[in-house]
Amino acid sequence: MTGMLTRWRPLAGFGLAALVLFGLAPAVLSDFRLNLLGKFLCFAIVAVGIGLAWGRGGMLTLGQGVFFGLGAYMMAMHLKIADAELKGNDVPDFMQIAGISELPGYWTPFTSPFVTILAILVVPALVAFVLGLGVFKRRVKGAYFAILSQALAAAFAILLVGQQTIGGSNGLNRFRTFFGFNLNDPANKRMLFFIAAGVLLLVVALTRQLMYSRYGELLVAVRDQEERVRFLGYDPANIKVVSYVVAAFFAGIAGALFVPIVGIISPADVGIVPSIAFLIGVAIGGRATLLGPVLGAIGVAWAQSTLSENFPSGWIYAQGLLFIVVVGFFPAGVAGLIELIRRRKPRADAPRDETPDALPELEVAR
Amino acid sequence: MTNATAPVFGGNAGMSSQYLEVRDLRVTFDGFTAVDGVDLTLMQGDLRFLIGPNGAGKTTLVDAITGLVPATGSVAKSGVELIGKKVHKIARLGVGRTFQTASVFEQLSVLQNLDIAAGAGRSALTLLRRRGSVSPQIEEALEITGLGHLRDKPAGILAHGQKQWLEIGMLLVQNADVLLLDEPVAGMSHDEREETGNLLRRIGGERTVVVVEHDMDFMRAFATSVTVLHAGKVLAEGTVEEVQADPKVQQVYLGTASAAEPEPTATKETENA
Repeated sequence: MTGMLTRWRPLAGFGLAALVLFGLAPAVLSDFRLNLLGKFLCFAIVAVGIGLAWGRGGMLTLGQGVFFGLGAYMMAMHLKIADAELKGNDVPDFMQIAGISELPGYWTPFTSPFVTILAILVVPALVAFVLGLGVFKRRVKGAYFAILSQALAAAFAILLVGQQTIGGSNGLNRFRTFFGFNLNDPANKRMLFFIAAGVLLLVVALTRQLMYSRYGELLVAVRDQEERVRFLGYDPANIKVVSYVVAAFFAGIAGALFVPIVGIISPADVGIVPSIAFLIGVAIGGRATLLGPVLGAIGVAWAQSTLSENFPSGWIYAQGLLFIVVVGFFPAGVAGLIELIRRRKPRADAPRDETPDALPELEVAR
Repeated sequence: MTNATAPVFGGNAGMSSQYLEVRDLRVTFDGFTAVDGVDLTLMQGDLRFLIGPNGAGKTTLVDAITGLVPATGSVAKSGVELIGKKVHKIARLGVGRTFQTASVFEQLSVLQNLDIAAGAGRSALTLLRRRGSVSPQIEEALEITGLGHLRDKPAGILAHGQKQWLEIGMLLVQNADVLLLDEPVAGMSHDEREETGNLLRRIGGERTVVVVEHDMDFMRAFATSVTVLHAGKVLAEGTVEEVQADPKVQQVYLGTASAAEPEPTATKETENA
């Protein structure tokens, strides 16, 4: 019976999530709020990847802004070119203002929608693969890895600020169409939300498969006892690279969806601050769980937008405090608290076997 | 894995046997020579104990064989040179080890621990799927280590002795035929020592087992051969009786003659410092 239950529970969960995202949310939220939720879903997609790499793999990825930014900028470049073509111009509007009359060479591949989508799917993952191999084969880990990834995000943002041909510190904005769909039409905005919701569900399903596979068990083993895994005949670097690449892949897709939903991408969206912000939701929700990062990311982003509407300067302090409290006192996040309460309960009702079975879901952070 | 062949002095498998041949092994840390030209020949089916005072180089020797510290000289496992190979490559060649402090994956179940240990050769596709049935090899290891009833418990809640047995079980499913155990009975109760010794007897017939130990009673009860290390060199080698009778050994290690009072058991080595 429990077998049946455990088999149906995830399906029911996905069904419920789909119902909320595709049925309830569009019914009760205004177009503005729905669009806002779409933006939060993009953060949630990044968070799922961080949950895998950090929560399960122990890699404190402080630089996901790089991969998010790669996906976002590639999408933005395509949208700008497409808009310019619609108007019959050779170059996007901001280039005309800056006096650039010819499309720079690195823009041309993104003229093609096919190449753009392919690049969004491949480039962030490829960059993460090369970077990950270099870092993990040299056994860089812990705080050193975190600092390295953060420095990378900083360098990436600084690089973008200096490039006038990609909008400099203004970034790229004012997109009119998305693969031919008018972005001013609320129906198309809603479609973007549905795409983000669908992608989120897919990403969660994929991560679930990874977490509960043999690979997922191995990843936890590497997180907790990297050297021991080596003596069992595995190269831990390869195991870590896979999660790092998957996390980058998700971040790239999230960035690409962020651009048409929010309507702007700038260096301020990909640097150190947003990279850390990605992490906060994951930490608060529960980094080692599947849904903790998703709900944490959406929750924190929602709190940020409502609180900063009312107390513009207060939010940043609240966010910092929340992060410190969670990391300092509840390393397993809200999910860990719930787990703690759940385990306390049965003991009060009936004395049970003192030794708990290993949680098949491994909902424990270090 | 039958119990038919018990470990004996000099090995039991004749010409077809697996072996580990260490020749002129040297490990130097910042000018300090921890292992100084060690020669060792270990045959399958010989339960070899490696003893010596603190700082004799026992753990460093194991580290060098398993690729953890760089060394010069030669370590050949059935003709395949190990020196210069990476840790995980050496492990895949069938050289397994345990550590002084049990290092199992505490958040994973006993079964998951064994499954990971058995899986170094798995394809990417197998890795991306869930664990289906339990392989006979793992069932056998669960039985041989007596951990069958704990298979779904997280390894973190196991008693100290059980963790060491799980580690040994992991070496079995890893298909290691050279097992290097670093103080497996340190901190164990008398009964646990007995059981560990019997476990080593059961598995030692078909493998080359090397036990680094401080516990002289344990050594006397289960060793089929002994190598004494002192200051990075092999001081003596032979049966338990031969080694105990050796005046050199008595002088550096066993203290006074005949009495052969054991060293305090759970002392930690600090030679890597």
